[in-house]
Amino acid sequence: MIRLEARPEPSRLAAWISPLVAAGATVVLGVVLFAALGKNPVAALSAFFVEPIASRYGIGELLLKATPLMLIATGLAIGYRANVWNIGAEGQLTLGAMGAGGIALAFGDSDSALVLPGMLVAGALCGLAWAAIPALLRTRFNANEILTSLMLVYVANLWLSLLVHGAWRDPEGYNFPQSKLFAASALLPNLLPDTRLNIGLIVALVIVAAAWVFVRKSFAGYRMRVAGLAPAAANYAGISADRTVWLGMLIGGACAGLAGAGEAAGPIGQLLPSMSPGYGFAAIIVAFVGRLHPVGIVLASLLMSLLYLGGESAQIRLGLPSAVTGLFQGTLLLFLLAADVFVNFRVRLTRAWIRLST
Amino acid sequence: MAARENRPPAARLALRGITKAYPTVVANDGIDLDVAAGEIHAVLGENGAGKSTLMKIIYGLVEPDAGEIFWEGRPVEIDNPASARKLGIGMVFQHFSLFETLTVADNIALALSPRDAGRRGLRRRIREVSKRYGLPLDPARRVHTMSVGERQRVEIVRCLLQDPRLLILDEPTSVLTPQAVDALFDTLRHLAAEGCSIVYISHKLDEIRALCDRATVLRAGRVTGTCDPRSETASSLARMMIGHDLPRPKHRAARAGADALVVERLDVPADDPFGVPLQNVSLRVRTGEIVGIAGVSGNGQQELLAALSGERAVDAGAVKIDGAAAGALDADARRDLGLAFVPEDRLGRGAVPDMSLAENALLTAHRRGLVRRGFIRGSAVRAYARETIRAYGVKAGGPEAAARSLSGGNLQKFIVGREIRQSPKVMIAAQPTWGVDVGASAQIRQSLLDLRDAGCAVLVVSEDLEELFEICDRLAVIAHGVLSPAIPVQETNAEQIGLLMAGAASAQAGASA
Repeated sequence: MIRLEARPEPSRLAAWISPLVAAGATVVLGVVLFAALGKNPVAALSAFFVEPIASRYGIGELLLKATPLMLIATGLAIGYRANVWNIGAEGQLTLGAMGAGGIALAFGDSDSALVLPGMLVAGALCGLAWAAIPALLRTRFNANEILTSLMLVYVANLWLSLLVHGAWRDPEGYNFPQSKLFAASALLPNLLPDTRLNIGLIVALVIVAAAWVFVRKSFAGYRMRVAGLAPAAANYAGISADRTVWLGMLIGGACAGLAGAGEAAGPIGQLLPSMSPGYGFAAIIVAFVGRLHPVGIVLASLLMSLLYLGGESAQIRLGLPSAVTGLFQGTLLLFLLAADVFVNFRVRLTRAWIRLST
Repeated sequence: MAARENRPPAARLALRGITKAYPTVVANDGIDLDVAAGEIHAVLGENGAGKSTLMKIIYGLVEPDAGEIFWEGRPVEIDNPASARKLGIGMVFQHFSLFETLTVADNIALALSPRDAGRRGLRRRIREVSKRYGLPLDPARRVHTMSVGERQRVEIVRCLLQDPRLLILDEPTSVLTPQAVDALFDTLRHLAAEGCSIVYISHKLDEIRALCDRATVLRAGRVTGTCDPRSETASSLARMMIGHDLPRPKHRAARAGADALVVERLDVPADDPFGVPLQNVSLRVRTGEIVGIAGVSGNGQQELLAALSGERAVDAGAVKIDGAAAGALDADARRDLGLAFVPEDRLGRGAVPDMSLAENALLTAHRRGLVRRGFIRGSAVRAYARETIRAYGVKAGGPEAAARSLSGGNLQKFIVGREIRQSPKVMIAAQPTWGVDVGASAQIRQSLLDLRDAGCAVLVVSEDLEELFEICDRLAVIAHGVLSPAIPVQETNAEQIGLLMAGAASAQAGASA
């Protein structure tokens, strides 16, 4: 019989090794998968993991896609540490893009230096407001925020769709559902020549660092950690459960909204019916692969970004379907969860209940 | 077979040279222990003396590094609790191993072999056993609604249902009324007479002298003596256990001052169908006195404590702290008024298990200058924890040690120290010495007395009558959610309080009001 037995003291080292094991296992599964599809595994792996970042442009793309991932995951991790389960970052990102896009379109061709900061602030506030809905429903009506935040993703996408098909549609856009291209003053400045990388990366890294300070050094962050680790102790210390939910949801929403603004003002430069290839959901994986820790999240966002790039490259070079990206993402999370089981539990093979040695 | 016949009559359980070392400490160092059939055998020792480790080895939870275990003369390896149970070893833990969301019957069924776990028959057997041994239990009740004392009953009944041949009890009487202790002792003597061996862990030396046939004393992982406790005195046992004489708390007469904690006509509805509603509870605690609340657990103590601590909001005027209406405030705001609170659950409520002692100091002591402009002052937090560890003799690796790595008594000393060092005006302590060894208990009681003498109003809610009589100036009894008036301890005695606890409350309380 196989039994799982809780380890009394899970090793911290093992907790950090587990994402590496998961990443390794994902690669191994990739090799098997490519071989089964009749592709040369070495060439396929190279197309997936090496070629996308073999050039300066590739590095730029890697960092560009990692930017919203690390930003959103950082915000979500603060809530997750406090047992606030915001699953709707994708919707908050969409609202952030809408807010930023609204500012950009309202200012039109103005070259005011306030346009860009205004867009970022509006994006963060819109994401925050969207996250406030599940927070309110949770604190007032005890509605599960996992469900409400997730459902609001689809509501957000429909709102965006309504706007780009209607009020905000580019009148000279041949009826395509998309807004006007933003003016130069509404675009994030480039960071690395010959790439699409913009200063959004710097903003994201600053916010990751600020989040680390918040969680580790601020009293509010401490209280949120207590609320996550021991709810009864939080109540004993007078830490408000409602406040914890509000803070966790709003921080996550603001970060996701900011990421949405960054997409609108960055690589996309206009509003489209879909502003993200699922960054809001992928960031959940990033948060957990990164152990809810800022440094881990930065590394995990690079890995996840590579999976996006590799998926695109695999489509082009190997003719694999686009589902391969989601497949790798899901596989990575699955292996991580499996590896975590072994961090917290050990397997014991028990043949007999008792051995008598007479 | 021949060799076996030449042996002396086998003890039910014999340990030889049991050794278990952890990275920082040798918990058991060559321990020998013999428990005869039908014997009630005490294992005595301070926290950290190695009792718990030894019991975990017997129960298959911990594997010894060296040594042998003999069960009725045969060497055995006990790999896990299931094999221990199969041999006939039952254990009642100090920290309970119950599933809170399940009912009493479900929890008991989980520990039984599938054959015995049939529900309807099981409920009947639970009622039978609980009745026979004077441990009232409703099999359909969910564990999360039960108090510590009631949960312990579940553990005891669970063991008894398995017809154990060796029963290990860890501090079983700390949550019982004097009358119930007598009943339990009758139960245990009855079990022993039927041939069941009992290993009895306790710090209450009087109980051990009243109940046990033999005692093995541990100190720092070694056996320091085996004796017949009936021919020893409490102080000679204490000396074997801690190596020196026990400090007696210095109890001077109280100099009570103004009202500091006032509870007026507090009604709290029950949270759930099994909770106890508080009815018209009134109480005042003055500066410089200790008021005790006695009662069998599950009579409204949890509800009262939550209403006093601020974990549960009540009518603003029902609770006054230092003159200010505090009933509607949360726990943090009440602390701003000068309240400190030591809860009965240490891990998970009084302390965050996965956080360090330094971080746990911050939990309530943050108003002592440990936070500046919203940021944690790391060095000040560590200093506060270090000073608490030093002043209260907490055995811990230092401020960075995780709360869960401390023994129950040491964590309690830390929590008591953390609260007292905030110089509260009102201190509420629930079960301050539950499961704490005799040395640490004396220390905790002394610090509560010192706090009182410094002018603090102290309220102690405890199920340990000896403790209440030792430190309190006035005593009230809670039964079925009704609190009796507080009587000066000189004017009452354990029998009267015991009767009040057992529910004869209203008549008596009415008479003395």
